[in-house]
Amino acid sequence: MTDLTLHRGISPHRIGAMILRYWYLLLSSWPRLLELLYWPALQIITWGFIQYYIAQNSNFFARAGGTLIGAVILWDILFRGQLGFSISFLEEMWARNLGNLMMSPLKPIEFLLSLMVMSLIRLAIGIIPMTLIALVLFHFNVYALGLPLVAFFCNLIFTSWSVGIFVSGLVLRNGLGAESIVWTLMFAIMPLACIYYPVSVLPAWLQVVAWTLPPTYVFEGMRALLIDNTFRIDLMLEALAINAGLLVASFWAFLALLRSAKTHGALLSGGE
Amino acid sequence: MTENDKASSWPTVADRSAAIAVDHLVKVYKQTRAVDDISFSLPRGSITGLLGGNGAGKTTTIAMIMGLVLPTSGRVQVLGHRMPDDGAAVLGRMNFESPYVDMPMRLTVRQNLTIFGKLYAVNNLSDRIAELARDLDLTDFIDRANGKLSAGQKTRVALAKALINRPELLLLDEPTASLDPDTADWVRGHMERYRKENNATILLASHNMLEVERLCDRVIIMKRGRIEDDDTPAAIMARYKRTTLEEVFLDVARGRANGAKEGVR
Repeated sequence: MTDLTLHRGISPHRIGAMILRYWYLLLSSWPRLLELLYWPALQIITWGFIQYYIAQNSNFFARAGGTLIGAVILWDILFRGQLGFSISFLEEMWARNLGNLMMSPLKPIEFLLSLMVMSLIRLAIGIIPMTLIALVLFHFNVYALGLPLVAFFCNLIFTSWSVGIFVSGLVLRNGLGAESIVWTLMFAIMPLACIYYPVSVLPAWLQVVAWTLPPTYVFEGMRALLIDNTFRIDLMLEALAINAGLLVASFWAFLALLRSAKTHGALLSGGE
Repeated sequence: MTENDKASSWPTVADRSAAIAVDHLVKVYKQTRAVDDISFSLPRGSITGLLGGNGAGKTTTIAMIMGLVLPTSGRVQVLGHRMPDDGAAVLGRMNFESPYVDMPMRLTVRQNLTIFGKLYAVNNLSDRIAELARDLDLTDFIDRANGKLSAGQKTRVALAKALINRPELLLLDEPTASLDPDTADWVRGHMERYRKENNATILLASHNMLEVERLCDRVIIMKRGRIEDDDTPAAIMARYKRTTLEEVFLDVARGRANGAKEGVR
């Protein structure tokens, strides 16, 4: 991965090789597979019963059926999408394999694209059973959202990749000492993304900050769909525009951090 | 000749045909000059030993040749291409083995070689893996997880990975460290054969002086980031009036050069 340019001569063959590498790893380790499944399942069961209880005691939630369960599923797409990306990256650090990859013809953009595909695969393993539990136990069919669900999903996954690319760059530059950022950074945007409450709840000045985050548009859009039966395409397009900027910025940051790691010899140590 | 003239004349005709050409290479980490203005050129088909104590700058030099570390100043050319800018053109033609990296432990030997073979776009990959398994005696454990292998078996697997793309240039950082004498001797024999059969260039960083004496037709001795001596093993031993490279190494490490440095090429 000496070539620091993003676009020249992308090879699907090399991307496929990296996906195969992570696939072999998943198949060789049942704890890794279990980890993908059990937490989303636990989340949906807990929040499903909370939604059920609140709906029995509140007219608003009785009318706005599924907003909590829907929010939990969409939040998990965002959080698990980023984790799926970052954990695959961390696997290379834990295995001390990054030097082998850096010295191979694999380009940074190919490495990042393979991590994106893996985040989708890992997400599918965790989220699909989660949605089925929501359907069977709580009669909430997320797939009934139809096309808007595609818009929600795309915007959330783009944000998760941007965060994943950025934190991977931080770990690359600072070693495994920065690993905790991988697990916690997404929670920093949780209060501002207005997952479980509308943006209007926030103070006016904080609303300005909240609207800079693409997930805020998605969760507002979800509430508009479930409560008012309105698909706010304007919100989705604005989120998409911000996501495009975030993805470009995260690619740029990753390359800058990779260059900095090479300047400071961080790729030789890679440890704490 | 001005500095600018010197800069524009590099690489020379000889350097352009060299496997590796290094020109006034410097690497500074904060206050430490890890590599301090070194220049050398390795002809294709040669085996060169890079010697030096801990902290002499061997690993940093190799890392700059590979593009894993960016030089503070100076230039590196590998197989006719500038590193790291033109790395994409050359990384598929070289490979390396180092104790500072591992291969994924949970994957089997075959899976690891398959992935690296695909990364290096090796043709007829399954045939190549079978050939390496035969040559490096991997057959008995090729479907075992890498993490369950002995140190000697892991070294052979790492060597198989380093040879998967039939590299024209092989960078080896202490390839026989922590191996028993029998396995180490076996690995050396294989490297010698590979060089002869493929006219490959090998740059070998090692603390094992017998290994360097046996394999290398040239030795570069580094100390505190600088090149202390650079010649054939026989010429260096003669200059230091010693019968083994180990004695020369100790002389250099302990500052007992006996005036030999005046004769440095």
